[in-house]
Amino acid sequence: MAALCHSRLWLFVGLFLSALLGAGEAFCQTTTEKAPDTIEARLLACAPCHGAVGEGTTNAYFPRLAGKPAGYLTNQLVAFRNGRRRYPPMNYLLEYLPEEYLAVMANYFAAQKPPLPAPVAPDVSQQMVKLGERLIEQGDYNRGIPACTSCHGPNLTGMEPAIPGLLGLRASYISGQLGAWRYGTRTATAPDCMQIVAGHLTEDDVKAVAAVLASRPAPAKPEPVAKGSFALPFACGSQPQ
Amino acid sequence: MTRIAILLGTCAMTLLAALGAHAQNKPADKAADRALVEKGAYLARAGDCIACHTKPEGELFAGGRPMLTPFGTLFTSNITPDNQTGIGKWSADQFYSMMHTGRFPDGGLLYPAMPFGSYTKVTRQDSDAIYAFLRSIPAVKQPNRPHDLRFPYNNRSLVLGWRTLYFSEGEYKPDAKQSDEWNRGAYLVEGLGHCAMCHTAINALGGSSDSEAFQGGLIPMQNWYAPSLTSNKEAGLGEWSLQEITDYLKTGISARGAVYGPMAEVVYNSLQYMTDADIRAMAVYLKSLGQGSPPGAARATVTTSEGSLLLTLGKTIYDRECASCHGAQGLGKPPHYPPLAGNQSIQMSSAVNPIRMVLNGGFPPGTSGNPQPYGMPPFAQSLSDDEVAAVVTYIRTAWGNRGAAVSAREANALRASPLD
Repeated sequence: MAALCHSRLWLFVGLFLSALLGAGEAFCQTTTEKAPDTIEARLLACAPCHGAVGEGTTNAYFPRLAGKPAGYLTNQLVAFRNGRRRYPPMNYLLEYLPEEYLAVMANYFAAQKPPLPAPVAPDVSQQMVKLGERLIEQGDYNRGIPACTSCHGPNLTGMEPAIPGLLGLRASYISGQLGAWRYGTRTATAPDCMQIVAGHLTEDDVKAVAAVLASRPAPAKPEPVAKGSFALPFACGSQPQ
Repeated sequence: MTRIAILLGTCAMTLLAALGAHAQNKPADKAADRALVEKGAYLARAGDCIACHTKPEGELFAGGRPMLTPFGTLFTSNITPDNQTGIGKWSADQFYSMMHTGRFPDGGLLYPAMPFGSYTKVTRQDSDAIYAFLRSIPAVKQPNRPHDLRFPYNNRSLVLGWRTLYFSEGEYKPDAKQSDEWNRGAYLVEGLGHCAMCHTAINALGGSSDSEAFQGGLIPMQNWYAPSLTSNKEAGLGEWSLQEITDYLKTGISARGAVYGPMAEVVYNSLQYMTDADIRAMAVYLKSLGQGSPPGAARATVTTSEGSLLLTLGKTIYDRECASCHGAQGLGKPPHYPPLAGNQSIQMSSAVNPIRMVLNGGFPPGTSGNPQPYGMPPFAQSLSDDEVAAVVTYIRTAWGNRGAAVSAREANALRASPLD
């Protein structure tokens, strides 16, 4: 019998209703309403921080998810679930979810196409902007830093299945993540190419790259390019060639 | 001559038959071994060995998982059949002795984080099956990490005192007055299931006494309240139907409520793999534990003006944030959106769990019966302490619920609860 049978108040209301409906026996039922059988309803837990369709929120540290490659999102969800990527509220939410479901979540957010947010003018010096532009487009060969575009694509929109685009993210999120890679608190499957690259970055590099990336306008085609569109400069565990 | 030939022929046939039987014996033995290993694998699920003895992304059963306790950090042991670093050299006798007496083969004392207080109830037959299963898994060479316990708890001989107070050795004794099903359920719940580890209050010495069995308690270090299984005012299941209990245990959701917090781990790693018959047996036993009256009609627990303000604010927040799923009247949309009206978990004297659900949200475990669970959003980042206190006070007292009001301080204290 329904939980509400414990409540006399509800018993009373139930009696009243059933009298009204002429259904004398059915006064002590729970609701027959069902949760909508949709992925949106299942993933309401993501919305407060990432937005209803993964478009992001006003909180600068919570990233946009919409339109990122599904393989990348799956890798991150699995990494959060396993505790490899550390962020306690995410680790807690995903801890007892099977990988198949995490892939369903990833596919959902990958398929969403809300417009990218407006770019934010960089709040760093002209010199820093130049440094950021150079690292993004050319890298720094002498310091072993490849250009961001060499892996994340000429338009920085990422590549299927697992290389994320870098646009539409805020500077504080990007610098937070690059910092986490540098300090080894964010890692990926070996060979962990991003950790190797971030290990060569200085704090100024991080600040410059983050500010410039956040200031880039959305490209005409914001989708990640197809798998194998270009060769990566080195092996990456997250994106088997 | 003919007779001799017949005799010889008979002999030869006997011999052949014997050889044939011998040849057939081997696969039969193998099948028996396989069956034993499979039984052991199932029982290891029932005992939820994997939850502690495998670390995330680690090798299966190779241990090394840190277990935070009020006395320091324990690191679980390698139980793969590796000769040097695992239990490869243990005999079935030694394995049973460890399960049954809480002692290593050399006589050393296990820390009671290993639930030998429950496992002592496991039969020799079942222990041997688990042993056979653990022999069958790949050996992993991974040395055990030394425990990191504070003085004086790093002295293992202290466990002797703990054992005197809290450990009683002995296999499960069936209760002849109860059905076979009830006894099977009791055996699983009290033995391999080691439910008492959380659902019996742990005192300052890390012990739990039989007289308080299944009466509930705060789980140390995790800040979740494991409700009483004996009081129907908490999680006592006396008022639940068997269907509701089996749904809850096996799929993680039910018409009465969903699994959350540390119980999600148990359903995810252990209970969802149990047979329907065993889940039903556990449900029969658990239902019989429930005593006392279910929550009665509304009691005026909030009478102060502050309480009234809390309720007004709480209702506003509830209607804005919660009602779309849980319903304006708290009926929910079961099983995915649990009912809050009449939900024991919300009205318990400890308000820890409802506060934490509002702060942290959560998904029920993903199980074969509910592979894509619905998640409750976290509100820690959008509601203030006052608002959390108000909405929790509201759901604890509205619709005839009989819980007590909650203060902003209580809500604030739980913001710092560990989430891992």
